[in-house]
Amino acid sequence: MIEISKLKVHLGEFRLKDIDLCIDEGAFFVLMGPTGAGKTVLLEAIAGLTPVLGGRIVVGGRDITRLAPEKRGVGIVYQDYALFPHLTVERNITFGLRYQRHDRAAAGKGLSRLVDELGIGHLLGRHPETLSGGELQRVALARALIVEPRVILLDEPLSALDQGFREEIRLLLKELHRSSRVTFFMVTHDFSEALTLATKAAIMHEGAIVQTGAVRDIFQRPACAFVADFVGMKNILPAFFDGTTAKVGVLSIEIPHRHRNSSGYLAIRPEDIVLSLKPLESSMRNSFTGVITGIIDQGFLYEVHVAVQDLVLRSLITKGAAVDLGLDIGLGVLVSFKTSTVHTF
Amino acid sequence: MARREPFFWVSVSCGIVVLAFILLPLWEMLTAPSYAMLKETLHDKTVLHSIWLSIYTAFAAAAIAFVFGTPLAYVLARTHFRGKRLVEGIIDLPIVIPHPVVGIAILGVAGRNHWLGQVMSELGLRIMGSTTGIITVLTFVGMPFYINTLKSGIEAISPRLENVARSLGAPLWSTFARITFPLAWRSVLVGFIMCCARAISEFGAVVVVAYHPMIAPVLIYERYEAYGLKYSQPVAVWLVLVCLTLFLVLRALALPGKKAA
Repeated sequence: MIEISKLKVHLGEFRLKDIDLCIDEGAFFVLMGPTGAGKTVLLEAIAGLTPVLGGRIVVGGRDITRLAPEKRGVGIVYQDYALFPHLTVERNITFGLRYQRHDRAAAGKGLSRLVDELGIGHLLGRHPETLSGGELQRVALARALIVEPRVILLDEPLSALDQGFREEIRLLLKELHRSSRVTFFMVTHDFSEALTLATKAAIMHEGAIVQTGAVRDIFQRPACAFVADFVGMKNILPAFFDGTTAKVGVLSIEIPHRHRNSSGYLAIRPEDIVLSLKPLESSMRNSFTGVITGIIDQGFLYEVHVAVQDLVLRSLITKGAAVDLGLDIGLGVLVSFKTSTVHTF
Repeated sequence: MARREPFFWVSVSCGIVVLAFILLPLWEMLTAPSYAMLKETLHDKTVLHSIWLSIYTAFAAAAIAFVFGTPLAYVLARTHFRGKRLVEGIIDLPIVIPHPVVGIAILGVAGRNHWLGQVMSELGLRIMGSTTGIITVLTFVGMPFYINTLKSGIEAISPRLENVARSLGAPLWSTFARITFPLAWRSVLVGFIMCCARAISEFGAVVVVAYHPMIAPVLIYERYEAYGLKYSQPVAVWLVLVCLTLFLVLRALALPGKKAA
């Protein structure tokens, strides 16, 4: 178990404020947040590479807050892999072995097992400069895992990779986590990575943790406007609540349950908003007429902006559907969404 | 072909003037002495001894800079502390102080009137007019070149490599020996060469502290004063040739496989 309480770090202008986190032993935990939120600083603080001003870090019942980095049993894998350029792949991987109390035979077994698992046997004699991104990442993981740390910190392990490698390494991370007893603590700014890899997550913003919990909960029930925006809820609207109705400007929107406050926000994911030309025969209780004010190309999808009275709702629609409906700027459309897709906070 | 801008021609002309300015006097000096004179100078024990002394003391100075400067360069490259600018400024002082002043300053500490001079004299260390004195002066003037070169070399190495080494269990000392130093060794060598080059060229400070034993620049000056240009040139030629050869060899050692650094 990792317990971080009231952790404070000052790094020039940047500050980590009272970080509290609790991560189960052997979990796959994800820390998310936009660039500059302080994710890497938090990782380096846990690894002992950044001085801590206050608070405590306890790993497996041992207070490691003031320990030297080499005595913590915390491994780190950087986004740029940080392989030692002057050493071969094999010597990179075995770098940390001499500092562990392993017998040689066990260490040799550990090496061959990891090398097999990661499929890097053919690379052992090569230097890092000749490897591809995916290969570098595998070597970096092997180097960190061979010393059997309690926790491994992964700083955006997938973001520097090409799409093809990314999928491959993502599966590999899942597999490595399953086969080792190590706690994985991964930083990412990509929500889809969190959804596929982790069970629990924390969201960080401007040096503070703004929400922690199960990944699905964060995705479905963001605690604040920042998290909602971060997890891709594009329609975040200030609202007044009255029973199971929310007043947003002049619109009345049906919500799934009563809200504890009289005012707050409601959020609807753009993919949950359906556009049509005629009223739909469905259970969708919320349906409004509007006018298309913008269409943004997002690769496979269009993000369509629809002005409904005095607000703008955003909907994601496939390109095929957009052509079928003949969507164009200035066209009047119906905007519909289910009550259950409306999230309030 | 596209027409060159006037600025291009201005740059080229300035470049030619600068190169000629550097090369012309050197070329004149190198070609002035006859072959017979050069050969005869080589049989002169005083000349050989002074060139050897120049090289030996310069290398000794660079070795001292290596031992004391390496840890300092590492600390300056990797840490931020209050007063770091001041420390860097102090290290640069020997570069800006006029050379004879350096000599006088060192004599001031090494003389019998200073406690340090008394301690040294009790230990049997003599600065005035000794090889020890020459090495002291050369270390003083050469040290900043070694430290500054190595400091920029270490700064160019990603601290993340050291972070990873630490997280794998390596203590600071081991991390330095296995990661930082092997990656910075070219900067170490270049810094060493810079320090040597600066030391070999020193004259003003050495002449104050130790006229004898005579290093090559002092001998060249003495011959020039006593016998004129013609007799000082062959010694100068030999000093330049020996130094150039040494530095070319060291440079060649430092350059290949640059991508690994």
